[in-house]
Amino acid sequence: MTDVTLILLSAVLVNNYVLTKFLGICPFLGVSGKVETAIGMSFAVMFVMTLAATATWLVQRYILIPLDLLYLQTVFFILIIASLVQFIEMMIHKTSPVLYQALGIFLPLITTNCAVLGVALLNVQKDQTFLSSALYGFGAAAGFALVLVLFSGLRERIEHAPVPAAFKGSPLTLITAGMMSLAFMGFSGLVKM
Amino acid sequence: MSHILVALLSLGGFALVAGLVLAVAQKVFHVESDPLVDRIDALLPQTQCGQCGYPGCKPYAEAVAAGQAEVNHCVPGGDRTMRAIADLMGVQPKAVEEEAKAPMLAFIREDECIGCTLCIKACPVDAIVGAPKQYHTVIAEHCTGCTLCVEPCPVDCIDMLQKPELIEHWAWPLPDTRRARQGKVRRGQHAGHA
Repeated sequence: MTDVTLILLSAVLVNNYVLTKFLGICPFLGVSGKVETAIGMSFAVMFVMTLAATATWLVQRYILIPLDLLYLQTVFFILIIASLVQFIEMMIHKTSPVLYQALGIFLPLITTNCAVLGVALLNVQKDQTFLSSALYGFGAAAGFALVLVLFSGLRERIEHAPVPAAFKGSPLTLITAGMMSLAFMGFSGLVKM
Repeated sequence: MSHILVALLSLGGFALVAGLVLAVAQKVFHVESDPLVDRIDALLPQTQCGQCGYPGCKPYAEAVAAGQAEVNHCVPGGDRTMRAIADLMGVQPKAVEEEAKAPMLAFIREDECIGCTLCIKACPVDAIVGAPKQYHTVIAEHCTGCTLCVEPCPVDCIDMLQKPELIEHWAWPLPDTRRARQGKVRRGQHAGHA
């Protein structure tokens, strides 16, 4: 039980992929305009990341290591992630057209979301068990979701604030992201993993 | 050698499995796109002029298919397009909104034109010819009179003129029968109401 808590805390807060590892910045800035789209994107990423973490673990354990093909790791992982994203896109298109419209171009863009590949690659380097790697993938995605939703909330409020003209739009967004990152740096040292 | 073969086979096999899974998923999660929207869209002139009040032909087609828009908003399409859409939707044909206005034609006062090409970019039917820093002019037969070129012109050298009656469009007037006169009166009353 402590293990589970530790892994989750580590992945969500301490080693947050967006704010401390700076992976997946594109959707972080691109889809954070509205809370609803941010939540939709978060769920899509959570689904993809957890599945990608488990699938890549399986491939690593049962195909790459026995056949001595570790040099094909990146190609294999990209293949897995791309097919997963494609699969999820079809599923969302069928089950929730509204979410499909809201996510728009960002759903196929998860394919090139470096956070997903980052989670997969870092995960197998850690030499974890199947369950803990799945948990780690989920935790990383939850961290991404947390940060994305918080950030979109901030941005929605800032939208109506009286801001000097020079800071309007992207500058203020980037400054806000930097502040959030500073805040999350405060968690470092909370858990040693 | 065998190592390369193993690598090729495993990656190829994996890609094949992923492809098969996606092919099955494509069938399972197949989404019918509304065929009605596509059919209405095919009838529209694809000038994307926005005179219907929608951002393009496809959005207008979607609105018509959803029953949110009337069939008579497409100005460049004119009467023929309206009738085709009304036929497809099974509703009563309605006169195209702008039809009451005489057909218009854009005209560029060439001595004032500075050759900025902005009107060329605005023209949805490519009816304006010209090059940067050269006079532009309107190809009269292709102009739909949509007025989209008037707004971007920085020197306001585009006029909307009444379209001259071209010999291609001229038709014999209807015979002056009792029935035709009745029709004329009725049309006049209609115009009076509108």
